[in-house]
Amino acid sequence: MSTLFLAADLVSVFVRSIFIDNMIFAYFLGMCSYLAVSKNVKTALGLGVAVVFVLTITVPLNWLLLNKVLKEGALAWISPSLAKVDLSFLAFIMFIATIASMTQLVEMLVEKLSPELYGALGIFLPLIAVNCSILGGSLFMQERDYELAEAAVFGLGSGVGWLIAIVAIAAIRMRLRYSDVPAPLRGLGITFIITGLMGIAFMSFLGITL
Amino acid sequence: MSDVLVQSPAEKKPLLGKKERKLITDPLSDNNPVTIQVLGICSALAVTTQMKPTMVMALSVTAVVALSNLVISLMRNAIPPRIRIIVQLTVVSVLVILVDQILKAYMYDISKQLSVFVGLIITNCIVMGRLEAYAMGNKPFPSLLDGLGNGFGYGAVILTVAFFRELLGSGKLFGFKVIPDAVYEAGYVNNGLMMIPAGALFVVACYIWVQRSFAKHLEEKE
Repeated sequence: MSTLFLAADLVSVFVRSIFIDNMIFAYFLGMCSYLAVSKNVKTALGLGVAVVFVLTITVPLNWLLLNKVLKEGALAWISPSLAKVDLSFLAFIMFIATIASMTQLVEMLVEKLSPELYGALGIFLPLIAVNCSILGGSLFMQERDYELAEAAVFGLGSGVGWLIAIVAIAAIRMRLRYSDVPAPLRGLGITFIITGLMGIAFMSFLGITL
Repeated sequence: MSDVLVQSPAEKKPLLGKKERKLITDPLSDNNPVTIQVLGICSALAVTTQMKPTMVMALSVTAVVALSNLVISLMRNAIPPRIRIIVQLTVVSVLVILVDQILKAYMYDISKQLSVFVGLIITNCIVMGRLEAYAMGNKPFPSLLDGLGNGFGYGAVILTVAFFRELLGSGKLFGFKVIPDAVYEAGYVNNGLMMIPAGALFVVACYIWVQRSFAKHLEEKE
């Protein structure tokens, strides 16, 4: 019974993080690369997959770091005398260190496995380290007090939500080249408006009860 | 590695070596970090439902950009190029931790309201963008000014957005009621669109539209 309950909980976290609490449409996290790398579906897909990968690894890793090292009393497993140590003010710097090193790993993997994609992503691959959605994932995990399994599913779901958003906007922008947009709105302006409309569309998922 | 980022904002800026005043004024309009360089959008949109947290956010970001520019510029000759991103992130995180602790100590309510977005200043592209594009290659004092200017430019945009969102969305400014009751009795209704995330996107889009209509040279050719 309880495993069934847990599974339902995980599905709920997963679906919520993709559709309702979508990184782009609900929190605007990762907008910089979302705007800059969404001119072409193929590149957008590549970056999206990289983000999913990094998020899925970093959120549970940071969970372990937070709950086994940083939180008040978390160090008690080493020796009881450390039970009162509270290092949670170091959370930001530890999170970002984890993220930066994981990004380095992904960068090396992509360079090895797909030099073409590596060339296309260019500057944005190392910049995943400073993609707000990655750090945002870890900070939301901290704020919402997830369990380990929930944290892992949340990381994956947030990444998938981000991937859906960037691929969708890239596809729309490719079509947009043939339309007659007022000159001052071209590029950045119209992308904002379309993202807003997509955000409203995604709001229809709010009605889902899980 | 990050040559692309280094060049694009620097090219548009003919101010290297020019008057220092331009360092402050340029990011306010022609080289605005949000609407022209397209940096730091994430937090620009998420915190802008009310003026008060927005003001705090703008000040925090300005402090972090200016100080990190200063520190990195002082250290610029000692940083090995290969690990500069890590060094930059460390300096920025330390500054953000300071800001976060100060906010938690003196403005707990607002700190709760801003929630994760204070932490996200670390990954605010404006901070990293300015470090890469300016502080790594310039003397400390101009870097400090450049940081201040970009912080102000960011603040100007988010305060404008917050002004419209709070005024139209809840009829208040800084939490004080501006639209009199009589107007509501006459049938005026607050615009709920302004309170949802998508509203911010529309306001920023309009901001860009107006700005680029007046400054034709900023239009994108696509």
